Amino acid sequence: MSAPVIQAKRPALGWTFHDAVIIARATIAASFRVPEALFFQLIQPVIFVLLFAYVFGGAIPIPGAEPGSDADASLYRQYLMPGIFGQTVAFAAASSTVGLAEAMQRGIIDRYRALPMSQPAVLLGNTMANALRQVLVLTVLSITGFIVGWRINDGILNAIYAYLLLLLFAYTVTWVGAFVGLSVPNTETANTAGLIWIFPLTFLSNAFVPITALPTWLQYFAAFNPISSLVQATRELFGNPTGAPTDFWTLNNPALYTVISCLVVIAIFAPLAVRKYRTATSK
Amino acid sequence: MSADNAVEAHGLVKQFGDVKALNGIDLVVPRGQVVGLLGPNGSGKTTTVRILATLLKATSGTAKVAGFDVAKQADDVRRSIGLTGQYAAVDEFLTGRENLRMFGGLYHLDAKYVQSRSDELLEKFDLTDAANRPAKTYSGGMRRRLDLAASLIAKPGILFLDEPTTGLDPRSRIGLWNVITELVAEGTTVLLTTQYLDEADQLADDIVVIDHGKVIAHGTSSNLKDQIGGDRLEITLQDESQASAAEAALAPLVSGEPTIDGHQYSAPIAGGSPVLIEAVRALDAHSIGVADIGLRRPTLDDVFLSLTGHGAEEDGQQGQQEDPEPVGRGRRGGRR
Repeated sequence: MSAPVIQAKRPALGWTFHDAVIIARATIAASFRVPEALFFQLIQPVIFVLLFAYVFGGAIPIPGAEPGSDADASLYRQYLMPGIFGQTVAFAAASSTVGLAEAMQRGIIDRYRALPMSQPAVLLGNTMANALRQVLVLTVLSITGFIVGWRINDGILNAIYAYLLLLLFAYTVTWVGAFVGLSVPNTETANTAGLIWIFPLTFLSNAFVPITALPTWLQYFAAFNPISSLVQATRELFGNPTGAPTDFWTLNNPALYTVISCLVVIAIFAPLAVRKYRTATSK
Repeated sequence: MSADNAVEAHGLVKQFGDVKALNGIDLVVPRGQVVGLLGPNGSGKTTTVRILATLLKATSGTAKVAGFDVAKQADDVRRSIGLTGQYAAVDEFLTGRENLRMFGGLYHLDAKYVQSRSDELLEKFDLTDAANRPAKTYSGGMRRRLDLAASLIAKPGILFLDEPTTGLDPRSRIGLWNVITELVAEGTTVLLTTQYLDEADQLADDIVVIDHGKVIAHGTSSNLKDQIGGDRLEITLQDESQASAAEAALAPLVSGEPTIDGHQYSAPIAGGSPVLIEAVRALDAHSIGVADIGLRRPTLDDVFLSLTGHGAEEDGQQGQQEDPEPVGRGRRGGRR
């Protein structure tokens, strides 16, 4: 008979990381082998940029420019891009939802759960892969933005902080997405459930319109919505226009508030998702 | 727990809301043997395997696999088993080889070992040519073989096969049977669930029949067949009008009332094959023309019908947790 089984050795936490990397690698490899899906994932935010820049661009006034002027339209594109960045990384949650719902339906989760591997690693790997995929998405988006007139105005270091903040946010929402994906009964539901909570969250924010343009009661919701603080922080870090200042603490300390919200959301949803995973079986 | 048993379960109960999927299952799989868990859709086969493979927690009852408690020593159990589910649970975007490497890594095996073991398994399961193609491009039979190969990467002593051939065409089924037979010859213990009676008949040393979450019969294939009576003499007459002549000629040989339906004559016998020879002589002596004559052992299909009052393919229970029928399941076992 053939060679005996050789077990490799490593401390427990090392295995969690090792297993998570294997899952992340497989997840990323899979997305590159379905070029159509990757293409549509990339094209969607590009379409948003073009729609907002050229359709709504002139209609949304940004303080500091004559409404309706060319300067105003160009300013709106500067203002818009961080909004699109924020919206796009929020949508990363949906890939996580659909990916896990599919894996569950196809019985792969069952197989992972019957392996002597680290149990949280499947979710760790999955969320890591989905956040990493955003690097590519943000690159394509930044190039598109550059073409329509968006610029990085506040130095490369701040720009790097901005991108890191966006990736942290992407990683955070993929945990929420993972929890939703493990909770829905099938992939059909995952397609809608994955998106349904992201839409209001992105539009009830300062992503596309200045927060002062919203009704007062909505301003409160928007001000505490972490997408608003994320977008505000990236606007500041990229040196793009931020709209009129407000009295909300969350928007005056946007980077801090964003980081805190991300950590809180991960602290809540990562254990919830892992618990769901441990009891999940294909239906 | 006896050291000779790979699997031992006592009084397994599983409740899903109001539905009792398992209602006290006792099960023993001796080391090195193949036990077939046979039952209709929704009878509790898959639930039983999921509990034994640590995927589900039993509501009550205990189970040990490879000597480890499935509830308390899940990781030890996982290291000792391979599981192949109802679906080919491989990553379809990865190639065959990449899948094996991934699962080897997740079993925490040494990379060099995984490499040589993958080559060996790809060769054995006739997947070497397809090794570098994404699993998406594989046929159903190839995917099942890859799935099985993935569960064998760590050479588990115990293999759970949950409906391994469901949905496969007959040729792929026989191919997979051969692979399983080979594994067993090498000493692997197998717990197999199936709703194909011929599959249990073909592969299993011991058959446990379950229905409505309970074990309703247990024994070897021939034990179970004996339970519903011995062999039957079956004759197809050339001429329907000679049926009553045949009945009279054979009356001294058969052990019970014959049933006659047109050309078809069938009657239980006690003596085995000598009776067949005498029957041929008797018919010949009375100049009764015979198109076909033979002894038929009852199939497991007959066994199932007499044990449960319904056929093996009919859904035994409503509102159950098991999967909807994939295409191609409607084939009746034990008839070919």
